[in-house]
Amino acid sequence: MACQGLASGETLKSLKAESETLRKKLEEERKKLHDVELEKVAEKAEALGELNMKTRRTLKGHGNKVLCMDWCKDKRRIVSSSQDGKVIVWDAFTTNKEHAVTMPTTWVMACAYAPSGCAIACGGLDNKCSVYPLSLDKDENLAAKKKSVAMHTNYLSGCTFTNSDMQILTSSGDGTSALWDVESGQLLQSFHGHSADVLTLDLAPSETGNTFVSGGSDKKANVWDLRSGQNVQSFDTHDSDINCVKYYPSGDAFASASDDSTCRLFDLRADREVSIYSKDSIIFGAASVDFSLSGRLLFAGYNDYTINVWDVLKGTRVAILFGHENRVSSLRVSPDGTAFCSGSWDNTLRVRHEREG
Amino acid sequence: MAQTNSVGQGSNGVADESPNMIVYRKMEDVIARMQDEKNGIPIRTVKSFLSKIPSVFSGSDIVQWMIKNLNIEDQVEALHLGTLMAAHGYFFPISDHVLTLKDDGTFYRFQTPYFWPSNCWEPENTDYAVYLCKRTMQNKARLELADYEAESLARLQRAFARKWEFIFMQAEAQAKVDKKRDKIERKILDSQERAFWDVHRPVPGCVNTTEVDIKKSSRMKNPHKTRKSVYGPQNDVRTHSPTHTPAPEAKPATEEELQDQITYWGGQLDRHRLKMSKVAESLLAYTELYVEYDPFITPTDPSNPWITDDTTVWELEASKEPGQQRVKRWAFGINEVLKDQVGREQFLKFLESEFSSENLRFWLAVQEVKKRPIREVPTRVQEIWQEFLASGAPSAINVDSKSYDKTTQNVKDPGRYAFEDAQDHIFKLMKSDSYSRFIRSSAYQELLQAKKKPHTFHSR
Repeated sequence: MACQGLASGETLKSLKAESETLRKKLEEERKKLHDVELEKVAEKAEALGELNMKTRRTLKGHGNKVLCMDWCKDKRRIVSSSQDGKVIVWDAFTTNKEHAVTMPTTWVMACAYAPSGCAIACGGLDNKCSVYPLSLDKDENLAAKKKSVAMHTNYLSGCTFTNSDMQILTSSGDGTSALWDVESGQLLQSFHGHSADVLTLDLAPSETGNTFVSGGSDKKANVWDLRSGQNVQSFDTHDSDINCVKYYPSGDAFASASDDSTCRLFDLRADREVSIYSKDSIIFGAASVDFSLSGRLLFAGYNDYTINVWDVLKGTRVAILFGHENRVSSLRVSPDGTAFCSGSWDNTLRVRHEREG
Repeated sequence: MAQTNSVGQGSNGVADESPNMIVYRKMEDVIARMQDEKNGIPIRTVKSFLSKIPSVFSGSDIVQWMIKNLNIEDQVEALHLGTLMAAHGYFFPISDHVLTLKDDGTFYRFQTPYFWPSNCWEPENTDYAVYLCKRTMQNKARLELADYEAESLARLQRAFARKWEFIFMQAEAQAKVDKKRDKIERKILDSQERAFWDVHRPVPGCVNTTEVDIKKSSRMKNPHKTRKSVYGPQNDVRTHSPTHTPAPEAKPATEEELQDQITYWGGQLDRHRLKMSKVAESLLAYTELYVEYDPFITPTDPSNPWITDDTTVWELEASKEPGQQRVKRWAFGINEVLKDQVGREQFLKFLESEFSSENLRFWLAVQEVKKRPIREVPTRVQEIWQEFLASGAPSAINVDSKSYDKTTQNVKDPGRYAFEDAQDHIFKLMKSDSYSRFIRSSAYQELLQAKKKPHTFHSR
């Protein structure tokens, strides 16, 4: 569509029209390949047996809302962060607290365990992401060795180490995500494209992969190339903030949890939303999701204090779990899939598994 | 009647509301249906003792209605959702400060829209003081202060000692207005006012549903909408309706932004997409393959440590002796071998026995470079170049000429991705050649067939 020779007001108008035309065309292309619903194909999949989840560990010790948690690769340790500024490292298996750090800020909204198990990262209203090496000496003051790595211009909403202790990927209320070199604090790559706060991110699980997905208050989920900083794919079917994104274990798809009270599955190869997990009776926002090891189950924590377990393929809810006395803010399946942990505004964390028999 | 709120429009035409508003609207839709004359909950006036209890319905009525009308499967879920709606103050038990729903004959009443949370109330402590003070002036048994309220009043009297006279006057004025009201109307309004305070100053130990997620709170603070004072002179419960203010409009896109968008959409249109049927089959196949490894679906063997407190399965994982199930997984794809440390070692061992390990060693070395601090990268890149790609390299690998040229360039100004093209090429080779040979090798087959050694024979 030629825009030459038009006045600048006209240019804006025609550019807008062109952009809109292309966007509609993209939607049409995506629709064309939608020859069947996932649920229909999944009818031939074996039905799941009844799930009997049991809370096996309750971690008490935070003085205020638990906002975030992460598992250590050793499958038993957990780091959690709270509104009161405390970050605690637990051996969830024994429920012992192994380390505690007091951050110089309240609302520590993000925390992550390093792959080696020897450090943790956290941040929140201080707009930073800091790394604390974990000392074997229990008496040592962890805060003394603290390293400031990431600097954003608004709150830190999420952080994760990449496949080593040396790089951290962060998401922020300033609308950007960024990759940092831990040792020097150098910004390695920044990712611009969200038009509002970035609330969540997840790294693709592949050994060869170089991508991550982020979700924001602009209702968009964006897939990024770590190397080029480019937004390579985008999905915008949610009706409100996307609070959490998690990759499907194969890396070909990802799930999202949103304030519109739905969770959705997006497939990267089909380039569209392929399933939506919702119910009339679920009206509160979903805060956090994670897949079981095979990707068949999706655990989702909600602002109505419950956890709903969804059959990813058939689209049905297979269990609803009560127990928390306030919002579920964070939920992660352990690295070997033997249990999952949920953190809540009721100041506790609960580790649950599938009961035997 | 629910008021519509005129807010900014999103690009897809749906009204743009803050996350909290979305939930309030949904609850209010349910309330509207509950209050529907034909299909709603029957509201009645109950005769009790010497007086009437106006405008009530029972807890069971609510539960039954929810199960019938909201697609709720069981009573537990209905009670949970109902309790949440009560905790947000949309209906309340008339004789209890604690806002929960009980599936019995307990009486509940609807809250008046004036007090709905969607009006963004942020009542001040001075208001609470006026309210508690007013309660002490009214000689009704049902209005007697609870212990926690009496404590709050005492605290507020200390805090506002200087302006207590003013607070007292306001309380008096309120009490005067209340006395003039019709008896029945007064009962209803008193209970609704009390329920409002039960939401904003909950009983100690109860959840405060007005707490907000700080990430979202800045979008809720609309100064026109937020109502701070409940008892200001201009506020009359009966006549005031919820205000609506349009949200600020989003900034219009600039020319540059629009050009970027056009380029982006154009690029996306070129993408190769798979048919849904293919994608669905792939998702099904993946979960089917891994379902036996999923502890939530297939019981683990040995037992799940969280169930039996026996950590054997973790110890076995950490040991160098891979179990049969673990070895089986390596055949699912090259990624499984590469992400398992023992798998990598076995793969490397096999290739070394064939004197063809340079590809894997190169791949591993490049992965390692990407994990190092940026400071170490230039040195490492040089080392890798010398070992694998330079002329006369001891572990020379074969890459296509295009990748080789590109890499030669990259190495001159070495970054973490200097070997990206070469690594991609080598990975494809490994996947189609070395990996398939490994899986078919006798070394691998032996590991796969290995009888599971009895637990007691493992050295601890």
